Amino acid sequence: MKAAISLKNLPKFTFRKGIHPPEYKSYAEHQAIEVLPTPDTVRIPLLQHLGAPAKVSIEPRAAVKVGDIIAESGGFISTNLHASVSGKTAREGIITLPNGRRVTTIPIKADPEQELEGDALKQAFLGGDWNVNLDEIDASSISKAALQAGIVGMGGAAFPSHVKLMRNDDRPITDLIINGCECEPFLTADHRLMLESPQSILAGALIARHATGATRISICIEDNKPDAIQTMIHAIGDRDIDVKIMRSKYPQGGEKSLVMAALGKAIPTGGLPLDVGVVVLNVGTVASLARMVLRGMPLTHRIVTVTGPGVVHPKNLLVPIGTDFETVLQYCGGLKEEAARIIAGGPMMGFSVTDLSTPVTKGTSGITVLTAKELNAAATTACVRCGLCVDTCPLDLVPTKLAMAARYKHLEVLQRYHVDACMECGCCAYQCPANIPLVQLIRAGKIYNRTHS
Amino acid sequence: MNVSVASSPHFSNTTTSTQRMMIDVMIALIPVVALSLWVFRWHAIVQIGLCMLVCALTESAWKKLSGKPASIADASGLLTGLILGLSLPWSAPLYVPIIASFMAIALGKMVFGGLGMNLFNPAMVGRAFVMLSFAGALGASAYVYPDASSTILTQATPLTLAKESAGASMPGFWPLFLGTTNGSIGETSALAILTGGAYLLVRRTAAWQIPAGVLASCIVLGLIFEFTGISNLNVIQHLASGSLLFGAFFIATDPVSSPLAPKGRLIFGLGVGTLIMILRVFSSYPEGVMFAVLLMNAVVPLINRWTIPTPIGGPIPAKP
Repeated sequence: MKAAISLKNLPKFTFRKGIHPPEYKSYAEHQAIEVLPTPDTVRIPLLQHLGAPAKVSIEPRAAVKVGDIIAESGGFISTNLHASVSGKTAREGIITLPNGRRVTTIPIKADPEQELEGDALKQAFLGGDWNVNLDEIDASSISKAALQAGIVGMGGAAFPSHVKLMRNDDRPITDLIINGCECEPFLTADHRLMLESPQSILAGALIARHATGATRISICIEDNKPDAIQTMIHAIGDRDIDVKIMRSKYPQGGEKSLVMAALGKAIPTGGLPLDVGVVVLNVGTVASLARMVLRGMPLTHRIVTVTGPGVVHPKNLLVPIGTDFETVLQYCGGLKEEAARIIAGGPMMGFSVTDLSTPVTKGTSGITVLTAKELNAAATTACVRCGLCVDTCPLDLVPTKLAMAARYKHLEVLQRYHVDACMECGCCAYQCPANIPLVQLIRAGKIYNRTHS
Repeated sequence: MNVSVASSPHFSNTTTSTQRMMIDVMIALIPVVALSLWVFRWHAIVQIGLCMLVCALTESAWKKLSGKPASIADASGLLTGLILGLSLPWSAPLYVPIIASFMAIALGKMVFGGLGMNLFNPAMVGRAFVMLSFAGALGASAYVYPDASSTILTQATPLTLAKESAGASMPGFWPLFLGTTNGSIGETSALAILTGGAYLLVRRTAAWQIPAGVLASCIVLGLIFEFTGISNLNVIQHLASGSLLFGAFFIATDPVSSPLAPKGRLIFGLGVGTLIMILRVFSSYPEGVMFAVLLMNAVVPLINRWTIPTPIGGPIPAKP
């Protein structure tokens, strides 16, 4: 039995403002990761990341095995796609992703016999030995391996990771932040990964440090996951890696807030963590990196939290990419009668979904089903200029002015109030006493600004 | 199953609402109202009750005539009435609260487009109207309460006393602090106002920068005036008398007519405090809170423009 380390005296890091929504982690927090039985078919969208869609690289009706490349990177910010089941590809189709983009998909009909299924898959994915000998790994090959494996940010934004792992001598990286905050109030996928496979995260972190040349690694975990903090500290042992405890607060897991909280550095507006010498990688991302570098497993599966009061049995599942929401939800006992909204991701930044044939993509961190009780159906009332939105905006914007300017299409006001700096975290709309859809309006304002200036 | 679609966030804070904010202010006013009932008895009930009633009726009638949905449930009209009632003298003839309330809602709020659109604090608009129209009925003598058992209440208000003669018999600190002096119905007791004000700040219904700004500038100017001999009052008497505290915590903090950003609120508070002291000491009125708030309200759009916060990470880089 491992001795518990006192977390009380450790400093807690945080950023200014933000919100603290009630937590609903208990739905899935204690559900060990289960492997979803291989579905009959998966449909793999050609765009699962930021940047350009991937280009199909296989013949139609080809036999594929798990991990075979079926589409190749279509540009610098783009990445490879792999078959997530063994089987035969079918004719290309079109699907609407939760974010509203219509993209081509490659369906694969699964063979009845799969090489790796059930517990064996989980063991290969999370278990076993994760010792890494960095001397044997060429630092410059790691970015290529990430591209080869099709690794993208697993936190939700799905930014191709090979771009972050490329070393650039003009812009040295000093800090590597491993993001285990998971600040969405329902999601628990990263939490379970930290509990069940801390060594894979550490191996991935060491590999990423090797690639970027960073001098420090900080693993940032919110203080609502004390068991994950303990597990990571024990797994680290005497290695030179910091665990930083972050105050539970939304949006602690957003790159801008996290870099500010952990290092006190502000990422320039419109810039990336790279601009301040920092690389931020999600725990799931570094674990996939370790799987590729140490075991040659590309990104074919991901951990998805199926949670919320509208799901019969909330679970954390290891799901082949391309599985439709319907199959995943059915495995969790289906939807309850009172289910009112199905969200791809968490309730703060996720997209609502009506079509259950939507596939799980590399960026699908969870499926949250809410009932009418959580959805605030109260009517929108007049803005009383109370300034609560200004008091919660972690970026120091004035959301109410931005929303009004967006509504009345005042380009000059939109720019004067820095519309493009908004990261759409939703703190303002969460807090607004008048229930004004601030984020929705600001999003429209951003688009208006882009198209009219 | 009925599945709905909307933009994120799908989750919002159900403990905040416009109505809840207004009711919060009313809760914070409970000590003030209780003390006014104790000092002024049924006079307070009549003035406050009439104001709230007429405010509610005016708002409902306006909405009805303009064919808009009723908005009385957000409690903002009632709150205007409550604050207006508390700012009137006990002896005001009954047409005063009626006209003041009608003007507060009609001219102070509805002509601008209703809740959230008004430039000026509605209660102060109503009060300014009757102050100027019925100067006689609302003059210094209106505050004197001859039937009172306490001798302090049978003389002029502290600020009028101080205005009239140097070294007049000002009430001591404790009557001013507890509120057993003359003055408008709700502004006599520093203790009651501070209790309610603390609740507002704890609930974050009022922005702390505004009362802080008002008090800071009043203390600094009060000290300067005290030591240069320009004012007959010392700084403590300034703070505890008249509607300074009531204005700082309950009038200037009206969210609609005060700035949005924290820095702007501080500027607004400092401006209100400075104007209060200048009006008190140099104008012919004994009190300056009402005009100070209205004057600063007029500058709020400018303050908002001056205090646009720079986003964390700096402004948007110019396009190359």
